[in-house]
Amino acid sequence: MRDQGGWIQKLLRSSSGHAGTLLGLVMAAGLLSLPALVFGADAAPAAATEYRDVPYVGSRNIVWVVAQLHLLLAGFVLGVPIFAWLCEVVAWKTGEKRYDKLAKEFTKLLTSAYATTALFGGILLFLLISFYPKLMNYLTDIFFPSFIVYCILFLVETATLYLYWYGWDAMQDGGKKTFHIFLGFMLNFFAFFIMIVPNSWATFQSSPVVLAEGSDMARAWAATWNPTWWPVNIHRLIANVVLGGYICGAYAGIRYLSAKNTEERDHYDWMGYVGNFIGVFGLLALPFAGYWLMREIYQYNQQMGITLMGGFLSWLFILQAMLIGVLFLGSNYYFWLGITYRIPGSEMKYRKPMLAMLVALLLCLGVWMTPHSLVASMEEARKMGGSHHPLLGVFGVMSAKMTVANLMILVTFMSFIMYWRAGKQETAGWAKVAKAIMGAILASAAIAVIILGVWGYFVPAIIRINYFSTSQVLVVLGVMLTITPLTALLLRSAKTTTEMVWGKMPPRAGYSLVLNAVMVVLLMTLMGYARSSSRVHWHVYGVVRDTSPYAFSPALGYAAALMALNTFFFCMLVAFIFWVATMGDKAKAPSGASKGELPHGLPAMAGASSALDEPKAGKF
Amino acid sequence: MGPLIKLIILNVIAYAICKFVVPNIPGSAPLPASLVFLYLMLTTSGFVIFATLSAESKEAFWGPIQRFLTGENIGGLQALRYGVLILFPLLVGWQTYSSTAVSDAPPSENRTIHPAPPGEYTGLSNPISKTPDAIQQGKGFYAAFCSPCHGGNFDGKGPAARGFNPPPANFSDPTTIAMLQESYLFWRIKKGGVGLPIEGMPWKSAMPRWEVELPDEWIWKIIMGEYDGAHQSPRTWE
Repeated sequence: MRDQGGWIQKLLRSSSGHAGTLLGLVMAAGLLSLPALVFGADAAPAAATEYRDVPYVGSRNIVWVVAQLHLLLAGFVLGVPIFAWLCEVVAWKTGEKRYDKLAKEFTKLLTSAYATTALFGGILLFLLISFYPKLMNYLTDIFFPSFIVYCILFLVETATLYLYWYGWDAMQDGGKKTFHIFLGFMLNFFAFFIMIVPNSWATFQSSPVVLAEGSDMARAWAATWNPTWWPVNIHRLIANVVLGGYICGAYAGIRYLSAKNTEERDHYDWMGYVGNFIGVFGLLALPFAGYWLMREIYQYNQQMGITLMGGFLSWLFILQAMLIGVLFLGSNYYFWLGITYRIPGSEMKYRKPMLAMLVALLLCLGVWMTPHSLVASMEEARKMGGSHHPLLGVFGVMSAKMTVANLMILVTFMSFIMYWRAGKQETAGWAKVAKAIMGAILASAAIAVIILGVWGYFVPAIIRINYFSTSQVLVVLGVMLTITPLTALLLRSAKTTTEMVWGKMPPRAGYSLVLNAVMVVLLMTLMGYARSSSRVHWHVYGVVRDTSPYAFSPALGYAAALMALNTFFFCMLVAFIFWVATMGDKAKAPSGASKGELPHGLPAMAGASSALDEPKAGKF
Repeated sequence: MGPLIKLIILNVIAYAICKFVVPNIPGSAPLPASLVFLYLMLTTSGFVIFATLSAESKEAFWGPIQRFLTGENIGGLQALRYGVLILFPLLVGWQTYSSTAVSDAPPSENRTIHPAPPGEYTGLSNPISKTPDAIQQGKGFYAAFCSPCHGGNFDGKGPAARGFNPPPANFSDPTTIAMLQESYLFWRIKKGGVGLPIEGMPWKSAMPRWEVELPDEWIWKIIMGEYDGAHQSPRTWE
């Protein structure tokens, strides 16, 4: 074994600089568990080994990459069944077969995605046991009962997934379809528990509850039900829906860009719409869940709260604002393109409202992205009288951020309502009154959110956090819960003036779907780093100290590079999964649909749909 | 007027607002370049989004740029095109060089204003009862020890304030002590600038280490006096 370790080390040392790092990374990914046991040459023979390392690459970097990929894949694997099941239910209730086809298309991905996720989970486990034996021993001692539960959950989830996927065609009619829907529900039910059990291990490390005495079960239960467990559970559940929706959108976007015929273009255009809709649907609720999580962290430990929100990690939240801003802009842009291209003649009618919404979004984003402590040169800081701007510094605190986040959610919701109403003319006698009421509700809500936001500066923090912020959220939810049914009622009797036309979107719509998915993945890698780094030099906060050479927080630039790398790896993995899953379809496709016969054959990325972007009469 | 001209005009207006309007609002100050750049980026992004919403507007905005760059039917503008194609990469190169080259200007600092307190201070609560007497005593101690820098009006404008960079904190600003718990202030007063953790480096606080001069009880009273005098409340969870 020693010889083997020496051989690998020699090979790793044979390269130098960045090439050595890259080679080391590839080597480490290939020879995961076995060499890791050998690399720990620094441990004294008599003492128990606490850590093992991999030269050049570092054990922390390897665990970082593998854990992040496992988490992203898990988010995908848990998000897609929710998405697929919802589509199947819609198909079942409305009789629209295309939803069923969509649901099946995505469930097909699950088997290979599920296996890949489990594979990364297994690799992660081996790495953790190898690199952090002492910590894993401690965690096993506490969570042993939940390990058993987790294994059982995996067995039932796997069995349910097999039944759900392989029984799809066999369970299409009558009672069998109902049973299939039930299976889909159970798949998501077990998946939810598969998510929250490991969440308890991760959240325990951040906010541990340790019982000195008691049975194994009592200790495990106390550790599981720690202060940040449920906030993380809810946050991740919603985030998984968002990830599933946007990944579906990105897949549809790429397939749309490379579509070879009208049928494919129509289908993938529609799929992109559904993916974006589900992504936005989750996105609207995500900031609320994130706020709750941060509140719990701050309340659990002031030090951790300040490290995240005011300390060295606070810059991550400016990056987060930028990424969320792009996501909001990208989602709305896609809605607006949909109005312009899918509903001919709507453009001029909605151009002004779109401009107003865009300006509102940009103003909100400007506030969200303004940091409390600014990046300023010595000279600039002297002129400002410090690193806070005396006027714009007020945008840097939570009251302002919460206000603009709520306003952006309102604007995005109205974008969707506008899209929903486009191309239809209300015929109900009470339509004018209903529209006036909706306008009044929206205006009052926006004013209320702003008033509460400004007022928040003049009340004690606890009043702002417990009452004002929650009131802002309730106001926005109230708008959604009143305007949605009112619009549905209004449109029930509406006359369709312009039929929606699928397959007419320009290429940039496909690119915006891909951009949204990349933004979500980047966001998850960013926030994963933030949550993990908030423990600073503790494996288990305040309980098990990190005594390894890696007991320091990496610089933000270094962390950003790792986040980008993880995002790239994940996108490659998802592309591979999609490619594998759709390989059979290509083989089955009729040979008549050759590229040569179609004007949109190649290169589809730029050529296929760009013809749709030819301007008609009119000017800017 | 072409969309490209509109974009340039819009950016000039946004720049003028950031550079000349906002700094001249009473109580304001010049904006750092990083913030101006951020707002200009948002302005440009917004314009591009709006300009590409329809095929017509996209053609009006992007068409001339594309034709110019590809040299399609631009007639006498070919020389200008070559000029742009040569100068643009040089401009990017110059920008990259100037942002990375060694300079005699002091570097900008991402100083953490509120570094996280050590664990032993996070669970503390003020042991002094909040009585009018205690608050009054706290204000008295504040006047004696703190007001020379932080000001008699708790606004960071004491007679000695002008000598410090960064200036003393303005407690009446709702984004300073109102965001913090009393235990945080206790740590900062007790340990002063020299007690800042590594993440607070480079060391940039002239705050004395008051633990060598004041008993804990006085510090807690000063905290009460500060909050009361600045009309702020500490962050609490009840």
